[in-house]
Amino acid sequence: MKLLKTLLAGAALATGLAGGAMAEDKTKVGFVYVGPVGDFGWSYEHDQGRKAVVEALGDKVETSFVESVPEGADAERVMTQMALSGHKLIFTTSFGYMDPTINVAKKFPNVKFEHATGFKQADNVSNYSARFYEGRTIIGHIAGHMTESNTIGYIASFPIPEVIRGINASYLAAKKVNPDVKMKIVWVYTWFDPGKEADAATALIEQGADIIMQHTDSPAAMTIAEEKGIYAFGQASDMKQFGPNARLSSIIDDWAPYYIARTQAVLDGTWTSTATWDGIKQGMVGIGEFSDKVPADVQASATAIKDAIVAGTMHSFTGPINKQDGSVWLKDGETADDGTLATMNFYVEGIEGDIPQ
Amino acid sequence: MDFSSFSTLTFLATVMAAATPIMFAAIGELVVEKSGVLNLGVEGMMIFGAVCGFIAAVSTDSPTIGFIAAAVGGAGISFLFVILTQYLKANQVASGLALTLFGLGLSALMGHSYTGIKPPSSAKLSVDGLSDLPIVGRLIFGHDAMIYLAIFLILAVWYFLKYTRGGLILRAVGENHDAAHALGYRVTRVRTLAILFGGACAGLGGAYLSLVRVPQWTEGMTAGSGWIALAIVVFASWKPLRILLGAYLFGGVSILQLNLQAMGADIPVAYLSMAPYLVTILVLVIMSADRKRASLNAPASLGRAFHASS
Repeated sequence: MKLLKTLLAGAALATGLAGGAMAEDKTKVGFVYVGPVGDFGWSYEHDQGRKAVVEALGDKVETSFVESVPEGADAERVMTQMALSGHKLIFTTSFGYMDPTINVAKKFPNVKFEHATGFKQADNVSNYSARFYEGRTIIGHIAGHMTESNTIGYIASFPIPEVIRGINASYLAAKKVNPDVKMKIVWVYTWFDPGKEADAATALIEQGADIIMQHTDSPAAMTIAEEKGIYAFGQASDMKQFGPNARLSSIIDDWAPYYIARTQAVLDGTWTSTATWDGIKQGMVGIGEFSDKVPADVQASATAIKDAIVAGTMHSFTGPINKQDGSVWLKDGETADDGTLATMNFYVEGIEGDIPQ
Repeated sequence: MDFSSFSTLTFLATVMAAATPIMFAAIGELVVEKSGVLNLGVEGMMIFGAVCGFIAAVSTDSPTIGFIAAAVGGAGISFLFVILTQYLKANQVASGLALTLFGLGLSALMGHSYTGIKPPSSAKLSVDGLSDLPIVGRLIFGHDAMIYLAIFLILAVWYFLKYTRGGLILRAVGENHDAAHALGYRVTRVRTLAILFGGACAGLGGAYLSLVRVPQWTEGMTAGSGWIALAIVVFASWKPLRILLGAYLFGGVSILQLNLQAMGADIPVAYLSMAPYLVTILVLVIMSADRKRASLNAPASLGRAFHASS
């Protein structure tokens, strides 16, 4: 799968002018993906972002990507290869690429790196992520209203802050509208394995879940939800085609504006190391349209939450919130600071079970 | 923890569904390795079978035709391996890895316009009267036909290798191809047939994934099942019936830990996820610790190219 597919700019191809000399002048931008670009989830959306870069700046940049790169040492090899082959800007799009990115960046001080969903930064390494938890608040709200068994099943990938934040945000929102709601969490220890994701969904449904949320990359759980006649939410992509009846809404990642802006900055020579964490307001997190299975009043209240988040009058983590052990985390009216959110490693009160260590 | 909602029957059914793809692929690879060929392209053949089966099933609205197409597709792509290793005498390890890369890429290309489509559902086998028997009825009957086919295939391979002349020839070729050649057996032909059989089995396993277990087509959806199948062949120490054991054990552990988690059991998830792989490594260590036993089990000519002139 580790095919290095170099895609020449669409415009140059169309006019048949893609000569070697022209390609030389272009700035090379590389992307490292954790799953296949056709996963119709996480990596798919990153690749949509890459395509947007080609669309916008195709006459000046040349992009390439490597898909299904395992997190760890293999990632370092791929990044090194990209840096050696003249890429000036490299996007590494999974949490597990954090240390490899920092390591490779040290060896190539003239290459700019952009790492997604991590928290480390260096002179030539920016990090960027989306406030997916804002989307989780909205789908949690809908799930709290829609569940009849009062059981939400959650397919979690790895116990990292981003995933734990998502669990907490959706639980809090569901609990707010449905005090009896319970959340069953299954950790699958993979980002992309449709078979295992499907098995996890089946296990959760077996345990009484009638709504499935996921923090994995493939639409397998959506397919199972459709088959069993229960509900689910699109993750990273809309996933509507996989569950026309099951899908209630979705959290959609939109990386395009960020990717274009950062590539432009490299072209202009204005690139500096930054930490970006954008949400619904900036458009990095999108909420897919509501299915007509969602009652009108729930649609209205969900839209109101979305508007309040955009307006800045509401925060997903607003006190009073206790930690799972009952100790106070946020006092009444207090909102969580980004530092705590970025390193969140605890469940909020009411969630059962332990975070695997 | 709440065990009251735990249904053993549904659990066993899920285990069977999880084990079937690797069972198909592993029994096919076992025959290939018994003939003295190491084909590391299982993952590529599986995913190619998955996409061929999916496309055929969707276009004809028949899962049966889908599975047939998957077997033909898997055998077809394994023919590339035959050309490379049996006629051009290329290195088997490198050719196998190339086959995996090729299969993954080609299937992604072919399946491009097939994402988000629902395949026709496979009928569950239902025997009048028998399926309604308490416990046994649902445990033994009421699965889809492919689960039975996988078990039947394992029994058939076991019988073939152990009790038939053809099986003896296949093993002879795998143990010592020069001696088999001297006896007048056509080494290349036997190996070609074994590789094609392995490809067809891997294709069926892949299609079971895309048509029954997940019912959808997603690029790269085998996600390493082919490698697990390879490991299970070693785990089974090249004995067909142990494939059954290995695959169900593997499926059992992975499904059990998911169910335990959903029930809220406090279990070390990370370790359980690793368990099947650890067991395989352990078996490998034990086997290689005793050189005599290892050499008894592994086909002696495994991975060696055959030159008729020598």
